[in-house]
Amino acid sequence: MGEAKFELNDVTLKRPGRNAAGEVTTVIILNRITTSFLKGKITAVLGPSGSGKSSLLRLLNRLEDPAAGRITLDGQDLKSLNIFTLRQRVGMVWQLPTLFPGTVLENISYGPRLRGISLSRARAEELILMVGLGTELLDRRADSLSIGQQQRVSLARTLANEPEVLLLDEPTSALDPTAAANILHLMVDLKSRLGLTIIFVTHILDQARQVADEVLFLHHGEIVEAAPAQQFFTAPQEPRSRLFLSGELEG
Amino acid sequence: MQYINIGYGDLVLALILVGITLAVSLWQRLDLHGDLFVGTLRTFVQLTAVGYLLQVIFNLNRWYLVVLALGIMLLVAAANAYRRQQERWPGLFFIMLLAIALGGIITLAIVIGIVLKVKPWYQPQYIIPIAGMIVGNAMIGAALAINRLTGEIKAHRGEIEAALSLGATAYLAVLPYLRSALRAAMLPTISTMMTVGIVQLPGMMSGQIIAGASPAAAVRYQVVVTYMVAAATALTTIMATLLAYRYYFTPNHQLKPPAQNNKT
Repeated sequence: MGEAKFELNDVTLKRPGRNAAGEVTTVIILNRITTSFLKGKITAVLGPSGSGKSSLLRLLNRLEDPAAGRITLDGQDLKSLNIFTLRQRVGMVWQLPTLFPGTVLENISYGPRLRGISLSRARAEELILMVGLGTELLDRRADSLSIGQQQRVSLARTLANEPEVLLLDEPTSALDPTAAANILHLMVDLKSRLGLTIIFVTHILDQARQVADEVLFLHHGEIVEAAPAQQFFTAPQEPRSRLFLSGELEG
Repeated sequence: MQYINIGYGDLVLALILVGITLAVSLWQRLDLHGDLFVGTLRTFVQLTAVGYLLQVIFNLNRWYLVVLALGIMLLVAAANAYRRQQERWPGLFFIMLLAIALGGIITLAIVIGIVLKVKPWYQPQYIIPIAGMIVGNAMIGAALAINRLTGEIKAHRGEIEAALSLGATAYLAVLPYLRSALRAAMLPTISTMMTVGIVQLPGMMSGQIIAGASPAAAVRYQVVVTYMVAAATALTTIMATLLAYRYYFTPNHQLKPPAQNNKT
């Protein structure tokens, strides 16, 4: 076992929602989650849609707070950390690129500028090359890029903050297979080159097989199984894991 | 030049105009005659009632009656701006009231105290119509701005959360949408400033001319009124949006989950 980057202790997330009868009520999204994410590893968070995967990520950079339980980063309670510092340390990329109006360079400079740092052109070029794009794109308008390119710029924008952790929420789902494969390579590359801890939500088993060191498998807001990827894919311990791996588990 | 007074008999003659509207509605089968009938009656009753009320305020000429009238104006305007919202929440009415009141009173004070130098300040002849124009426009501006802000936040949750996740404060994350809400609310006023006098003669200026003022004097009033409407709209909308955006965020710079129970 490696060192834990994040530790979750009995974490429950609730949100306003509607029940089967359509009445407004409180819905339990994550129920008493206790687990940890290892430093410098890629953890794939797996599960059918609606299992709470994305919600789990949102707790780690405090886009939402749990109703109960405790989350620590390097042993420190998230609530004791400055929220802006926390979000700089824990970067996030979504399914769909969410670039701001303006040029690619302006997008990449956004995070550092919030801290009063002016990103150098050389550093911006380094970042855009790191995500596999050409430096000539820096002065293009962000909305003139393809979705695949925009997704890489989103990643470069997050990396400009020099995070320790990357949260990726189905980062390839809007991409064609080639672009998706490139993002996966990039994840492995970032892990080994920068030592990033990567937590990666996906519903595509093959992607997890290719890149994950660890697997956390969720179903209906609860942990079914947390295991090294190798073990999870070859010898799953739980009946629901086996059903999921054979494609028979309903959401 | 002589000012022609309209008597009640003349008002009956004005029903010829309603007859024309009615004829068009019947001829083209617009099915508007019911509403037209109610509208004709309401126009008469409401305006007559307001006329009598104003007459009382004018005759008594007391500062507290003027303040009371202004207070009622503000409450009605805030309720109206609130009612026009696609999404309502507790506290929004008070934000509307505060924004319209502050924007309106600051503008009113400048016009009455500095530009017109009305003495005493509460002379109903000046303060009532001017406050009416200010509050009416502030109300429209606030209603537009908050509706737009709500819509923008709903449509751009992804960008807002992306900005937050990069370390932006709630204010910085929502700033582009605050700006577009303010622009949307101010644009009609600015467009009016561009075409006033060319495309339309404003009602107040027309009224002054009919009442016997020289066109040059009426125009100077209208210039002040146009600037004043722009200032009141700007002040009210900026206060309303700056107060309202906070509702969508927690104190920890988190965008709240979308509302589940808001129906229009």
